[in-house]
Amino acid sequence: MKTDNVKREREQRPAGRGIRQSMSGLHIWAGLLMGWILYAMFLTGTVSYFKDELSQWMRPELAHQAELPDPALVAQRVADELGAIAPGSPQWSMRLPDGRTNSVYAFWRTAGAEGGRRAFGEAAFDPATGGKVTARETLGGDFFYRFHFQFHYMPVLWGRWIAGAAAMFMLVAIVSGVITHKKIFIDFFTFRGGKGQRSWLDAHNALSVFGLPFHAMITYTGLVTLMALYMPWGERTAITTPAERQQLSAELNAFIQPGKPSGQAAPLASVADMVRQAQERWGQDAVGRVTATNSGDSTARVAVARGEAGRVSMSPQYMLFDGPTGRLLETREGVGAAAETRGVLYALHLGRFSDTVTRWLYFLVSLMGTAMVGTGLVMWTVKRRQKLADPEQPHIGFRIVERLNIASIAGLSVAMTAFLWGNRLLPAGLAERGAWEIHLFFAVWALTLAHAVLRPARTAWIEQLWAAAALLALLPVLNAVTTDRPLWHSVTEADWVFAGMDLMCLSLAALHAVLALRTARHRPKPRTVPAKGRGGVIGGALEEGRS
Amino acid sequence: MMSLIGPVRRAAPVASRIVAALFGGYALAALGSVAALALPMSKPQAVLTGMLASFAIYAAAVVWVFAARSALRAWAGLLAAAAPLLLAAWSVW
Repeated sequence: MKTDNVKREREQRPAGRGIRQSMSGLHIWAGLLMGWILYAMFLTGTVSYFKDELSQWMRPELAHQAELPDPALVAQRVADELGAIAPGSPQWSMRLPDGRTNSVYAFWRTAGAEGGRRAFGEAAFDPATGGKVTARETLGGDFFYRFHFQFHYMPVLWGRWIAGAAAMFMLVAIVSGVITHKKIFIDFFTFRGGKGQRSWLDAHNALSVFGLPFHAMITYTGLVTLMALYMPWGERTAITTPAERQQLSAELNAFIQPGKPSGQAAPLASVADMVRQAQERWGQDAVGRVTATNSGDSTARVAVARGEAGRVSMSPQYMLFDGPTGRLLETREGVGAAAETRGVLYALHLGRFSDTVTRWLYFLVSLMGTAMVGTGLVMWTVKRRQKLADPEQPHIGFRIVERLNIASIAGLSVAMTAFLWGNRLLPAGLAERGAWEIHLFFAVWALTLAHAVLRPARTAWIEQLWAAAALLALLPVLNAVTTDRPLWHSVTEADWVFAGMDLMCLSLAALHAVLALRTARHRPKPRTVPAKGRGGVIGGALEEGRS
Repeated sequence: MMSLIGPVRRAAPVASRIVAALFGGYALAALGSVAALALPMSKPQAVLTGMLASFAIYAAAVVWVFAARSALRAWAGLLAAAAPLLLAAWSVW
């Protein structure tokens, strides 16, 4: 192997450049190129573990729900309401409330929708009355959730492909990062504080290694959630008939598909009874979703699906009922081995099965993953700053990375908090109010980028971190002023969604304040490494191993 | 002219590896997902198995491409891995 052809000599590794150096180069560049997108995906994904709580906070008009209403009765109320607002709908589906939600989310296909008409409707319903909730118009926590895998202002498919590419880069960065570390175990227990680049490296290592199983899992399972989009080739080859497509779909989800309606009207039997049968089988709070096809027609079917509580799987399990008679037609409780594997991986990513403690663990480890990406990005500049030929006039590549880091790390904190401020401050009657909250988020984010470009880098970091700290710290105050659910009230009422949100904002404000203080106090050491000539950005960095 | 050849000669192997990683890796993963159809299981399960495994193939291919001693070897390795997969995929096409 070592006596390879001479003519390829020039592209062979220089002496001593082993696999660790190549993997280090791969790690650095895979991480950097997608780093900013990955940071935003990680942070919005992290907060999405509290998506339902965030949505509750963003609709303060909806009262705190002290105890869970009877799912069967709620399902009946909302089904009646859906029958009224979407008569003859080919398909509607509702997610029943659990301890984390105080409204019922449902969507429906519009009957006879053709061409220009909107074919789908969606709304949140009040479990107590069945009517549509009358809260301020907002996307709630779903904005961060959707942004996490499809971004915004672009077709969802583009967004999902970008997210997939970023996840794939992440997977490569994880694998190459692990290979780079020969002392992965020892490194984990090493932290050399106050030592500039060393400290950043140690922090990056500790954050990465501690959460390694989680980071690897969350990246791979993230790809699995959209795998049919990214890798359709097997499906395209093997699945050719509608029957086969139906068969595959049944392995993946509980959304039953409508057949051809008969046109013969027949009212839906008691949905509450169907839900009760499912409760008997799986448990009182184990019903997740009710889907009906062709409701109001004699061909109607109702599927009552098992939720994710108490099982780490998203695989479909449901009882299928005949709509007009309410007769149980079929109970599906198992899928094939590969489909079950996919169901488990999917569930691991979303973490919806979690109880409160597990959810917090998810949140904290995911936050460490965010910090892992963040420290990696910062390290790129810290490491190179010492080697700059003229630190006063860094080259353009360095400046781009430096400024993008500020806006995508500190700036994102500012923008996400501004989104929550917008939720409290935008007038209730504003047309497209929910969309304006999102425009505000992006406008503030763009402003942080402009600020990062215009100010000296260190000043920009400090100012944006303080801005995030201030906005976060004042959010509980704003909440107290604009709603009737201030912190002292929510604590005495045991309203842990609102109390938790306020306390979380204060903790995050403290975190940002500490980061701002540390950045302000940091005095870069005088340069000791002599400047080296560099051969092009990529070539130079690939040659430079982990130092 | 000479001044251009130097950088090009230096950048070409890296560029070649990047192409091999991005597109060669995806092609190998896609081929693997189709080859999974030859597994002795029902069609839906085989389809899902192929999808599930494809990202591991992709990641391994990318790591291989940058670990290989030369860009040529990187490509050769991808082709060597593709051969049996192609054979399996051929059988179910």
